[in-house]
Amino acid sequence: MNILVCLKQILDPEVPVRDFAIDASGLQADPACANQVTNIFCENALETALQLKDLHGGKITLLTLGPESAEDALRKGLAMKADEAYLILNDTEQLPDSAATAKALAAAIDKLDAFDLILAGRESGDWGAGQTGGLLAEELSLPFTAFVDQISLEGEERLVLRQQTDSGWKSFSSPKPTVASITNSDHNLPRIPKTRDIIMANRKPVTTWSLEELGISQDSFPTQETKARVRQLSIPEAKSDCEFIEGDSVEEKIEKLADKIAAIARAV
Amino acid sequence: MSDTNFKVITAAFSQDLNAATAGLLGAGQRLANDAGGTHIAICCGSIDSTLSTQISAFGDRVIAIDSEPLARAEPEAWLSCLRSISAQETPDAILLGNDTLSQEITPRLAHRLNGASIGDAQSVTIDDGAIVITRSVYGGKAIADIELTASPAVVWIRAQSMDPADKNAAPGTIETVPLNESADLQSHIIDTHDEVSEGERLEDAQIIVSGGRGLGGPEPFEELVSLAKVLKAQNAASRAACDLGWVPHSWQVGQTGCKVAPQLYLAVAISGASQHTMGIADSKAIAAINTDRDAPIFKHCQFGLVEDFQQVVGPLRDKLSDLL
Ligand SMILES: Cc1cc2nc3c(=O)[nH]c(=O)nc-3n(C[C@H](O)[C@H](O)[C@H](O)COP(=O)(O)OP(=O)(O)OC[C@H]3O[C@@H](n4cnc5c(N)ncnc54)[C@H](O)[C@@H]3O)c2cc1C
Ligand SMILES: Nc1ncnc2c1ncn2[C@@H]1O[C@H](COP(=O)(O)O)[C@@H](O)[C@H]1O
Repeated sequence: MNILVCLKQILDPEVPVRDFAIDASGLQADPACANQVTNIFCENALETALQLKDLHGGKITLLTLGPESAEDALRKGLAMKADEAYLILNDTEQLPDSAATAKALAAAIDKLDAFDLILAGRESGDWGAGQTGGLLAEELSLPFTAFVDQISLEGEERLVLRQQTDSGWKSFSSPKPTVASITNSDHNLPRIPKTRDIIMANRKPVTTWSLEELGISQDSFPTQETKARVRQLSIPEAKSDCEFIEGDSVEEKIEKLADKIAAIARAV
Repeated sequence: MSDTNFKVITAAFSQDLNAATAGLLGAGQRLANDAGGTHIAICCGSIDSTLSTQISAFGDRVIAIDSEPLARAEPEAWLSCLRSISAQETPDAILLGNDTLSQEITPRLAHRLNGASIGDAQSVTIDDGAIVITRSVYGGKAIADIELTASPAVVWIRAQSMDPADKNAAPGTIETVPLNESADLQSHIIDTHDEVSEGERLEDAQIIVSGGRGLGGPEPFEELVSLAKVLKAQNAASRAACDLGWVPHSWQVGQTGCKVAPQLYLAVAISGASQHTMGIADSKAIAAINTDRDAPIFKHCQFGLVEDFQQVVGPLRDKLSDLL
């Protein structure tokens, strides 16, 4: 199996609320307020790919669009034992939206060898758009399944993709090549790379492509492709008017709590 | 602004008029009214089905489509169906709900129509002639106003927390479209497994008893299940509890789980990370039981109890079964 995994580097989503800040443009988070990390769902996607490779062999290629620092995300992926890595260098200030991102990723994929399976994360932990995987499938004219948590082979030509749904799961049969967006499950917790593999990964080559090399004009990216423009970003006020239930004993407190809950339950 | 050519399409994939469908129709109706245009509601079923008749109270026009793959909720079938209706009608906005199918097809439909796609909209408005949505970003730590600069705007919304539609003065027309679908779906459903049945969906729950990592294992969840029984409530969980395999993922509430809007959300041993509280922001009341008075969850609570859940849950259930 030849698998491509799209990785995105993002601002650490675990940054506490009190440290979160917006930058001078007013349109994105201040990159100084937290570290850059690999989006967790991209790591779930890579883990899914690695398990398929463990079972059936093949090759895993990593692809990211981002600034030079995004190389760190690729290195970590290589340390987890992906085989090759490509960085589409984008150091423009305006954040690309999902439409522009999908265009650039698709242009890079067209330049690479054919894949059986292309994986993205269900969404990125910064903007949470959840659009890129589906858009990428359309750019490539391939089938797509969202929220996948398990993938298996169905003969030579097809794959079975298990989708987490609101109410349980569904399995889809899809011809190769296919695109899927991966969600977290207890099956795809990303493996922790060994120290030795981290060192080895630093010696592996990472190919960097400019947008121009992919036939995309550096000057008009991402403006020309953008379909969703951020007008304003604000931090919601954290209100704190919680009434803490007090009392002389736990029993008394539970009684008061039960009264409050019962009042609501009766009104339902 | 009045633009009689402005068209909003809403597409509901459920088989009945549940809270999410009602909210979706409400959002579509209001958007169309704001623009002075038309609201077209699409549903699956025959022209004289209960659903299409019910929906006609809320749409200017209803398009009912009777098709086996659509009833089965095949994504590719819905994609080609919505694409051909949209090519015919050239809508300015297409609104979908927050079910799995809607989320999955939003980007693909937008791409096929050269439009813009976005998800998890908490509001959809027209401002200066542009469609602008509001959504939580950065795991709930910020709120963004985003303008969609290509048409149509294909948007999935938090349907169940939107106000339902008002009944039209007169019911809308109901029509069917001929479906010249080729049934050869490249990718298709081969198996479906429902852990919860319709009617038990978290999205529609009035009371939710939810548990987190602080419970320490799957066993205490059984106590929360029995507490929920007394309250006629549904159970839910944080992602941490789901990832640990203590409860199924369909229980997960938050940014990447269900977005719920109950009358009461009771969070037991949940810290209240922004990604979790993002899914409960529309609750009428939030309460928590947590040993840590500084846990962020209390910032979102109307009332809370700082205690060990082990001391509280059993007696609380007994007390409530006396009271209710
Ligand atoms: C991209 C992304 C998406 C995410 N999406 C979601 C999502 O959809 N939903 C979600 O929930 N999370 C989500 N998360 C994870 C989220 O950031 C938190 O890690 C998670 O919500 C923590 O779960 P928790 O509150 O159960 O666990 P913890 O944060 O570990 O909290 C446990 C709490 O239990 C309390 N406790 C411990 N023992 C007791 C006791 N005996 N009695 C009472 N209280 C006790 C502790 O004081 C603590 O507050 C997401 C994260 C990322 C990065
Ligand atoms: N800049 C990027 N580089 C590589 N992959 C990306 C990028 N942006 C988004 N993706 C992929 O698309 C998924 C969903 O992202 P999004 O649509 O932004 O929520 C991510 O988990 C990645 O797999």
